[in-house]
Amino acid sequence: MFRKRPEGSAATVWVTVEGREVQVPAGASAAAALLLAGLAATRETAVSGAARGPYCLMGVCFECLAEIDGVPNCQSCMVTIGPGMAIRRQHGKRIATPQ
Amino acid sequence: MTPQRIDLAVVGAGPAGLAAATTAADLGLDTLLLDEQDGPGGQIYRGIERAPDGRNKTTPLGVDYLAGKPLAAALRASRAGYLPGTTVWHIDADGTLSVLDKNGSRTIRARRIVLATGAMERPVPIPGWTLPGVMTVGAAQILLKTGDLVPAGRSVLTGQGPLIWLAAAQLVRAGAPPALILETAPHRNYHAAARLLLRALWPARRQLAKGLGLIREVRGAGVPVVREAVGLAALGRGRLERVAWNGGEIAADLLLLHEGVIPNIQISLALGLEHRWDAAQLCWRPVADEWGATSLPTVAIAGDGAGIAGAEAAALTGRLAALDAAALLDKLDPAERDRRARPIRKALKRELAIRPLLDALYRPAPPVLVPPDDVVACRCEEVTVAQIRRAARLGAPGPNQAKAFTRCGMGPCQGRLCGPTVSAVMADALGKPIAEIGTYRPRAPYKPITLRALAGLGASPSAGS
Ligand SMILES: Cc1cc2nc3c(=O)[nH]c(=O)nc-3n(C[C@H](O)[C@@H](O)[C@H](O)COP(=O)(O)OP(=O)(O)OC[C@H]3O[C@@H](n4cnc5c(N)ncnc54)[C@H](O)[C@@H]3O)c2cc1C
Ligand code: FES
Repeated sequence: MFRKRPEGSAATVWVTVEGREVQVPAGASAAAALLLAGLAATRETAVSGAARGPYCLMGVCFECLAEIDGVPNCQSCMVTIGPGMAIRRQHGKRIATPQ
Repeated sequence: MTPQRIDLAVVGAGPAGLAAATTAADLGLDTLLLDEQDGPGGQIYRGIERAPDGRNKTTPLGVDYLAGKPLAAALRASRAGYLPGTTVWHIDADGTLSVLDKNGSRTIRARRIVLATGAMERPVPIPGWTLPGVMTVGAAQILLKTGDLVPAGRSVLTGQGPLIWLAAAQLVRAGAPPALILETAPHRNYHAAARLLLRALWPARRQLAKGLGLIREVRGAGVPVVREAVGLAALGRGRLERVAWNGGEIAADLLLLHEGVIPNIQISLALGLEHRWDAAQLCWRPVADEWGATSLPTVAIAGDGAGIAGAEAAALTGRLAALDAAALLDKLDPAERDRRARPIRKALKRELAIRPLLDALYRPAPPVLVPPDDVVACRCEEVTVAQIRRAARLGAPGPNQAKAFTRCGMGPCQGRLCGPTVSAVMADALGKPIAEIGTYRPRAPYKPITLRALAGLGASPSAGS
């Protein structure tokens, strides 16, 4: 879905997406890593199991919930990648809501 | 643990918050700037400290983006404390802020608070907008700003507003021109705007020239533009495959939506600040005076969170809020505050001159606010427009009651994305003005947090866990 701009900054970080190594520009988010790895659908909804992917990338929609370093329900667009970060799609898990 | 005590807490490190914190610290206030992003800049200047230096390097993001550099540098040079990676999840009327960072949750006690939490893109509920591959124009910009990522394959931009042309130009410069732009501005907007054009022509000549320049740049690059597109739909099975509108269809890998930005009012609503429906900008905004002071004595608000006025105006209103805070905390004589505010107000007036024109020109078409019945309004709980209509008919008088009928607004986004639609649909269903229907009253925590974090045991990688 997205690709690195060839003229872009050189600094990159290796992370794993679904267990596969991916080289991601430093400063990008875990959601960006998922998109760069070619994953459009990054989770399923709890209600109907429909496929969803990141929508806003600024922390508003919560569509980018993913599993990061073993922790589910992470808002992946708000997490900056770090070396060796393990990012996985999330399957149907429900987040605790305050209501 | 006793809370850290400070004079002023500024929430949000966009242009408004950067200017507010820097000004306040320069006036001798013990100031702390908090932001959940990992660097200063807010939405417009996101990732600014990683950007190349303006003079000899260029970026596809353009010179206006680089204007964020001095703002961030001024913060770093000031005595204001800056806490990136820090989410404010609760604010008490007495000035206590509960914040969450990677070490867990703690409290800060401020004598005054400036909210500078900015704007969000207006939700664009069209058929199929929940399909993976459908994102916002701002999302694509964020990928460009923070990771130098550009769309691969065919991208379609749809919507309207200055930002869509800016983003399209940035993508063209970045070597990833959109395959198509579907512009949705209704033709009648041009008539309404024409009357305002004369008045804005001279004071806003610089902004107007810039805007026209962007449109020329995008068209000059050969990007096809369909004007007055209606009946948009995202189509595909399990992910976006095609984009349709009345009159055409195109294969697409990515659909980017944009119908302007609206104030991000999650915190101001939860605080119970007075809000009003802005009939020109078609959004809710907190009521604030000329210093940004709100209905709550401890809290002022600056920047796009108080009403959409753009980045330069945001920095100016940030300065005004800081001057007022200094006066209220006896660090600045009120007469001196007024004297210093004068040139800022003059500049602000200049910045605002173009707004009535932009508001009229880019007024979203009615279906953006009240989408067709089968469209999903609440993405989290998968509630359709028809279900919200039904709740209204069954007696739910407003959005807070519709929640109980449908679960809309009860998912993790806490109504951020369905709020505007629910208010407008209920108003339409009940034949009442939106102002009368009201909007959600969200509650803290502003973002879901774990008990673990609450107990101060350290947070997982994000506030969402
Ligand atoms: C996605 C997007 C992209 C945009 N891009 C442009 C652009 O390229 N050019 C342009 O002219 N305008 C752009 N805008 C318009 C934008 O609103 C600007 O006018 C400007 O950024 C407004 O500045 P601000 O200081 O009011 O708020 P913002 O710049 O939005 O800053 C608000 C800050 O508050 C922080 N925040 C919010 N809630 C919390 C919380 N609970 N805890 C901690 N921190 C919090 C956010 O992380 C953010 O950094 C964009 C808007 C959006 C939504
Ligand atoms: S993509 Fe919207 S919150 Fe992350």
